[in-house]
Amino acid sequence: MAENGIGARLARKEDPRFLVGKGNYVDDINRHGQAYAAFVRSPHAHANIRSVDISAAAAAPGVLAVYTGEDIAADNVGPLICGWAITSKDGSPMNMPPHTVLAQGKVTYVGDHVAMVVADTQAQARDAAELVNVDYEELPAVVSTGDADSASAAQIHEVAANNTCFDWELGDRADVDAAFEGAAHVTTLELVNNRLVPNAMEPRAAVGDYDRATDSLTLYTTSQNPHVARLVLSAFFQIAPEHKLRVVAPDVGGGFGSKIYVYSEETACVWAARKVNRPVKWTAERSESFLSDAHGRDHVTKVDLAMDGDGKFLAMRCSTKANLGGYMSLFSSAVPTYMYATLLAGQYTTPKVYAEVKAVFTNTTPVDAYRGAGRPEATYVLERVVEAAAREMGMDPAELRRKNLIQPDQFPYETPVIHTYDCGDYGASLDKAMEIADYAGFQGRRAQSEANGKLRGIGFSNYIEACGIAPSAAVGALGGGVGLWEAAQVRFNPTGNVTVFTGTHAHGQGHETTFAQVVSDQLGVPVENIEIVHGDTDKGPFGMGTYGSRSIAVGGAAIVKAGEKIIAKGRKIAAHILEAAEEDIEFTEGNFTVAGTDKAMNIGEVAFAAYVPHNYPEGVEPGLDETSFYDPLNFSFPSGTHICELEIDPDTGVVEIVNYTAVDDFGTVINPMIVEGQVHGGIVQGVGQALIESTAYDPESGQLLTGSFMDYTMPRADDVPSFNVDTTVTASPLNPLGVKGCGEAGAIAAPAAVMNALTDALGTEAIDMPATPERVWRVAQSRQAQAAE
Amino acid sequence: MPTVSMTVNGKSVSKDVEDRTLLVQFLRQDLGLTGTHVGCDTSQCGACVVHIDGRSVKSCTMLAAQCDGSDVTTIEGLATNGELHPMQQAFMDNHGLQCGFCTPGMVMSAVDLVKNHPNADEATIRAELEGNICRCTGYHNIVKAVQQAAKAMGG
Amino acid sequence: MYEFAYHKPGSLADATAALNSAADGKLMAGGQTLIPTLKQRLAQPSDVIDLGGIGELSGISVSGDAVKIGATTRHAAVAASGEVASAIPALAKLAGGIGDPQVRNMGTIGGSIANNDPAADYPSAVLGLGATVSTNKREIAADDFFTGMFETALAEDEIITGVSFPVPQKAGYVKFPNPASRYAMVGVFVSQGGGGVRVAVTGAGPCVYRHADMEAVLSGNFSSGALASVATSADGLNADIHASAEYRAHLVGVMARRAVDQANG
Repeated sequence: MAENGIGARLARKEDPRFLVGKGNYVDDINRHGQAYAAFVRSPHAHANIRSVDISAAAAAPGVLAVYTGEDIAADNVGPLICGWAITSKDGSPMNMPPHTVLAQGKVTYVGDHVAMVVADTQAQARDAAELVNVDYEELPAVVSTGDADSASAAQIHEVAANNTCFDWELGDRADVDAAFEGAAHVTTLELVNNRLVPNAMEPRAAVGDYDRATDSLTLYTTSQNPHVARLVLSAFFQIAPEHKLRVVAPDVGGGFGSKIYVYSEETACVWAARKVNRPVKWTAERSESFLSDAHGRDHVTKVDLAMDGDGKFLAMRCSTKANLGGYMSLFSSAVPTYMYATLLAGQYTTPKVYAEVKAVFTNTTPVDAYRGAGRPEATYVLERVVEAAAREMGMDPAELRRKNLIQPDQFPYETPVIHTYDCGDYGASLDKAMEIADYAGFQGRRAQSEANGKLRGIGFSNYIEACGIAPSAAVGALGGGVGLWEAAQVRFNPTGNVTVFTGTHAHGQGHETTFAQVVSDQLGVPVENIEIVHGDTDKGPFGMGTYGSRSIAVGGAAIVKAGEKIIAKGRKIAAHILEAAEEDIEFTEGNFTVAGTDKAMNIGEVAFAAYVPHNYPEGVEPGLDETSFYDPLNFSFPSGTHICELEIDPDTGVVEIVNYTAVDDFGTVINPMIVEGQVHGGIVQGVGQALIESTAYDPESGQLLTGSFMDYTMPRADDVPSFNVDTTVTASPLNPLGVKGCGEAGAIAAPAAVMNALTDALGTEAIDMPATPERVWRVAQSRQAQAAE
Repeated sequence: MPTVSMTVNGKSVSKDVEDRTLLVQFLRQDLGLTGTHVGCDTSQCGACVVHIDGRSVKSCTMLAAQCDGSDVTTIEGLATNGELHPMQQAFMDNHGLQCGFCTPGMVMSAVDLVKNHPNADEATIRAELEGNICRCTGYHNIVKAVQQAAKAMGG
Repeated sequence: MYEFAYHKPGSLADATAALNSAADGKLMAGGQTLIPTLKQRLAQPSDVIDLGGIGELSGISVSGDAVKIGATTRHAAVAASGEVASAIPALAKLAGGIGDPQVRNMGTIGGSIANNDPAADYPSAVLGLGATVSTNKREIAADDFFTGMFETALAEDEIITGVSFPVPQKAGYVKFPNPASRYAMVGVFVSQGGGGVRVAVTGAGPCVYRHADMEAVLSGNFSSGALASVATSADGLNADIHASAEYRAHLVGVMARRAVDQANG
């Protein structure tokens, strides 16, 4: 192994620039002569637009242009798209309403884009935006996920009767119902998966730039997938042909799914740059981010779990309503279906599973992927009902789980909900987590808390997720509009250092380090001589970007495949120069050696020979620069056990997490330090969902009540403890690195672990996320009152 | 437009700016010091924290004119002669940053935290970081970094 | 932000002159509330008059029976003052819990009480200790100062110069912070001193107020146990997405008990 190769706890290569203030985020980019955009947003949740009067704004100081939906329509820009087609139970396609870059005749949520002002300065653009006079005809707003499809709800889109986008199912309802007939016990829960605002710390931003000389456009934007953004902007939005459009996503300050979508603002900026013939820049204020960044989650679910008398799971049935918001987003149809229901078997041998999902439109901000995207919702449903079942059956929750776990010798394991799991040892993670959490000592700690007037609880979450999205043919068969392979180019430069281009994008994940470790390990080049390049469609091959914990499992595998081509070519060159047969050349730790001799060439020398091919094998092309496109064989399936222990102050309802343990199986771990960091961050987003983060709309007006950090609670350092994080390893047999992906696990596992601990402490299942102090206090009060009776 | 003069990272600067110019706008737009970030509009995220006359403040909640005559240090001015400040080094050693966006403000706050609480325990560190929001790290490694830096700065 | 003209006078007289000559002038001390308000375009003053350049307005002095804090004294200075901590520890503690460290490095006592945010901390100390607010025109008793939500007894051209807190025998302050903003969702300041027992509640209602029932009970028995008999009505209390009036009323009781325990050490 190379010194800083796979498994090394290597400090990140990207850190120095961030630590001295030399990061290069979109808002740090200023183009010569740039103008600024401001957007006029709907103040109403649901309204028809009678007219838009831009005259005062257009005459304001510094204003270059004011655009409305009419201009967008005149130039045939858009509409914004959804990338995944879902078919309803009755065979009908989903009802996808038009979503124009600037509203045309109607707005469907507060913050919807009505007009765009371009001016010399940011202040002038904002000043003028206030002068755009829009005449609205207000309509009743639809807010509630549960009631959106009721007969009395206002109709939002003509194409979607009863505000229903699709009514989809997975599994055989009759078969599952029959299995319930034979059950000794059925546990039922009704659950709310609360809407979240992703809130990456860097607000979205865009700079559009037009080059008259080449008639080409460049968009600098906060994207997790710049190549896909270019494809969408070109093929669907008609901004420019792909070869005349460059998309650059430089340093991006967090994404969590919210920067997958190709939004109105960035589209409008690059479109307007050509029209005003100047660079056009827009940077969101946080309050705009709250209104216009795609939100996450927002499900209501009823779930039934059938068991035999011993607690063996017989069948599960799940009915979910998912809120899409005012329009569809890029993945918004896939998230509550194929990213959700396909995970409802979890780690268990449940033989029969049925799920139905109705997706509804409401007058709220559109929903899309947010860290975990469907899998946190599935884990929450499954792990809450399993824990509740254990309580109802009077069984230890760990034992009930253990009784139903898929065993290590059952892989590959085909679940009743599409997936075939590759490998795992779920019992090992459970055992290790219980040991680290000192589960055996919990009752003593609970007694101690009670003596102090506190309520203490402990809860499990045995999660599984499907990462490494995904085999292209499988995605296509399920309605996905793209292939989800990944590309890599490994370029030896003549002097022996290496430039690696990847189609993934890092926005905090540390790919520049992790991928360099992979390359170093494989090619024997020191990490400091390897540069990972990403985020620019003009550099390297087309790639699909970063989401769904796919970067190492798919992007990393592509790098390895390209590296294999490098080694194969290098072997030919070395064999020629060393005057040996190709099959006698061994490659280890960066050296091509003639087997059984001390004749050897370093890979750097081979690279030089490839670029200065004076003594060179016949029929071999010069250069050492290889590209690979890797289409995964399957998803990967990270799993693990999280255990949360918490204490409640019944006087105030304040919950303190006193111990949190995570034992994850991510397969091979490339950089344990980075992987632990991903788990920490994910856990806190999950804890945030469970206890802290509430997205509230006024039920009548549809106004977002939690539209800033003054009202939307972001987890802060004093809201959470330090964590016990460990791993078990079953290497995935399906990709060359044996990796599975780690970016979302914490956010997937944590909500169920926290809520299971909370409901354990409270002695009732009847509390929804976020379990804010008042909600907890109310339940604690009623429990105390009941106990007193 | 009035002239605002101050010392930024040891250099005297003087610019004509509108009265409504925020310090963070002055730093980013007029001086090109883009290491100081803006992550919110309600003075809570702390991505914009800089030091004014040795105290940590939110540069999005100050007018440039208020700082006339002040001594300002930004993240760009923390390292000396190419050597990372112990806090910067500790963030790197402990993986206290991921996307890097909150990092400049977090580091600037943490330096002031250690100055005011050289022997802070974990609870104090967490409480004193109230003015800085990070969405990536879950704070675990930030706390470790501050603990390491506190030792280095004290020793 | 809309455009405005910025002034930084060096004396109270210059500040008054600037304010009087402005069409719609606004005084600024630390700016920690005003600047966010301006940024969100919720206010459009013609002139902003920064009091930060008036040296005489800043400083802490402790005599035997009073702690005097200049209007532009920053929260961090009060929190770090050994003199304040030994005379009225609850006041130093309150100052050390306002906002976050960066806000405390800029925010001032004068700015806080002039703004009189219903969820601010300082008004509860001013009212809970029976302090006296000094201005460029007069002295105003705490009981007369806070007149309503974001309303005070200050005249338009009146500038706070300082606050004088009588040193009590004991005092305590405990708050339940709003989880998002960290302002006081409920904060209770209790004191026992020469003027008797005072209980001031912030965050719960539209304006800081004294809790007469609690004061009556604590006057007889200054212990948290005595408060068990006092109910706080939810009538008129704030209700929002973070807390119902009923929950706030409950928290007033819990915070009061904890504040009394803190005062009793």
